[in-house]
Amino acid sequence: MLDEPWTLSPSVALRPEPFGALAYHFGNRKLSFLKRPELVAVVRGLGDAPDVRSALVAAGVPDAQHDAYAAALEGLAATDMIRPRTEVPA
Amino acid sequence: MTLAPERPLTVTPARPERPVGGALVDQFELGLDAPICLTWELTYACNLECAHCLSSSGRRDPDELTTEQCEAVIDELQRMQVFYVNIGGGEPTIRPDFWHLLEYAVAHDVGVKFSTNGVRITPERARFLASTDYVDVQISLDGATAEVNDYVRGPGSYDTAITALQNLQDAGFVDAKISVVCTRENIGQLDEFKALADSFDATLRLTRMRPSGRGADVWDELHPLPHQQRELYDWLVANGENVLTGDSFFHLAAFGEPLPGLNLCGAGRVVCLIDPVGDVYACPFAIHDQFHAGNLLRDGGFDNVWKTSPLFTELRSPQTGGACTKCSHFDACRGGCMAAKFFTGLPLDGPDPECVKGYGETALAGERTIPAQSQDHSKSNPTRNQPVMLQLLTRRPDGSSDGSGVPVSACAESPLAGFSPTDPTGDPLAAASPSGGCGCSAGGAH
Ligand code: SF4
Ligand code: SF4
Repeated sequence: MLDEPWTLSPSVALRPEPFGALAYHFGNRKLSFLKRPELVAVVRGLGDAPDVRSALVAAGVPDAQHDAYAAALEGLAATDMIRPRTEVPA
Repeated sequence: MTLAPERPLTVTPARPERPVGGALVDQFELGLDAPICLTWELTYACNLECAHCLSSSGRRDPDELTTEQCEAVIDELQRMQVFYVNIGGGEPTIRPDFWHLLEYAVAHDVGVKFSTNGVRITPERARFLASTDYVDVQISLDGATAEVNDYVRGPGSYDTAITALQNLQDAGFVDAKISVVCTRENIGQLDEFKALADSFDATLRLTRMRPSGRGADVWDELHPLPHQQRELYDWLVANGENVLTGDSFFHLAAFGEPLPGLNLCGAGRVVCLIDPVGDVYACPFAIHDQFHAGNLLRDGGFDNVWKTSPLFTELRSPQTGGACTKCSHFDACRGGCMAAKFFTGLPLDGPDPECVKGYGETALAGERTIPAQSQDHSKSNPTRNQPVMLQLLTRRPDGSSDGSGVPVSACAESPLAGFSPTDPTGDPLAAASPSGGCGCSAGGAH
């Protein structure tokens, strides 16, 4: 996943919370809790980053934590909160 | 705003430091920027007169919010990113603008789950509902047979609910909810309820009977007996994955393993009620001056009440004292339901009246004063819809012996039923709610 381009799903809204954010998917009506501000920054940045790793770096996530973040992102992908980006951004 | 100074909660004076990451309940305990389980009761009017109505509904209140005021509330919920709301009453569908407000909410990114006794779910409305996204329908049913249901909900109410479910199924509406308040009368019917839900391709939702509203009058007669609590717990352990329960039964977690659902009283933290006149309460089961946070018309809107009410600030502190904090089950049970304690006259930092360790019974046997209701919209004269239970009821909590004037109507609604933010791995980064939100939108596949 780390080397792939991903993005926030178009039907997901992020609501800022003191601990991070709530992510709500209007399509499947699932709710997820992003429990760290860094994760919120990563998720928001996915769409503009060439790949997931760059989004992690841009959000200031240390290399040692990349795998843990990738696991959390896989979890978000399971409910379509984020999805692989197929088209190359212009 | 009536924040009684003697409220016996133990309060930490300064706002506690919020941990980073960690368990979700620890975050919820400190409150969120907007509720995730908001119930909005649109009217106190109801066609039924259920014995245990949590909001003592029956008659419309002359000061109920107008259509324009309701639209303004929806606009504000959209700004606050409250993604869905549980609409109830009273019977919300008898408000003439109900269907308009439903469409207005959905058009403003506020999904709706509404609770109904089914009276207006005609084949035509069912087809409309099947054609919408973001709308979930929950039919109240408190017995798997007409006999058991109508005893508390009134004559004909079983048939009304079943007709509504049939209309929804015929219209192709996917995954309606059947919402059951668990009582002494129906605990033995859990398998039948599940079979009934399955036959309508519906999801079963079980909620706890709380002594709120008219429920206070009949709680002694209706709340499950201790051995039934065990029966319910065992049933939930075996079948809990496929039913919605929200925060109904976390007091049963003290029996052993935790149950799916939210194990925390979310009142004023993630749960909230807006009543038909715009009064904001900590929880739909806590319609009382003591849990009144403000009024959205008079106190600068819902967002302001949610964020600045002194009552809510106080509720967003972890409980640090009281008998329960010394109990070995406190982590699982958290002392149970605030509303259940309050309306049975028990201290808020002590055991739940249905504490599975039996401390509730001891407390109930001691000296206590059941608080008077601070509002009652019950019909002043019983109608032909009055449940048999109320005709039989001879003992009134005020000491009078005449049950004939007992009010009428709605349906118990759990603020978090269906809410199950699983945090199975305790992932420090993210947690998902598999059934979607607080169950108001739970599992909706249509
Ligand atoms: S129903 Fe009880 S436990 Fe649930 S939020 Fe209300 S007061 Fe708390
Ligand atoms: S004493 Fe309190 S914490 Fe312990 S089981 Fe009873 S209600 Fe729960």
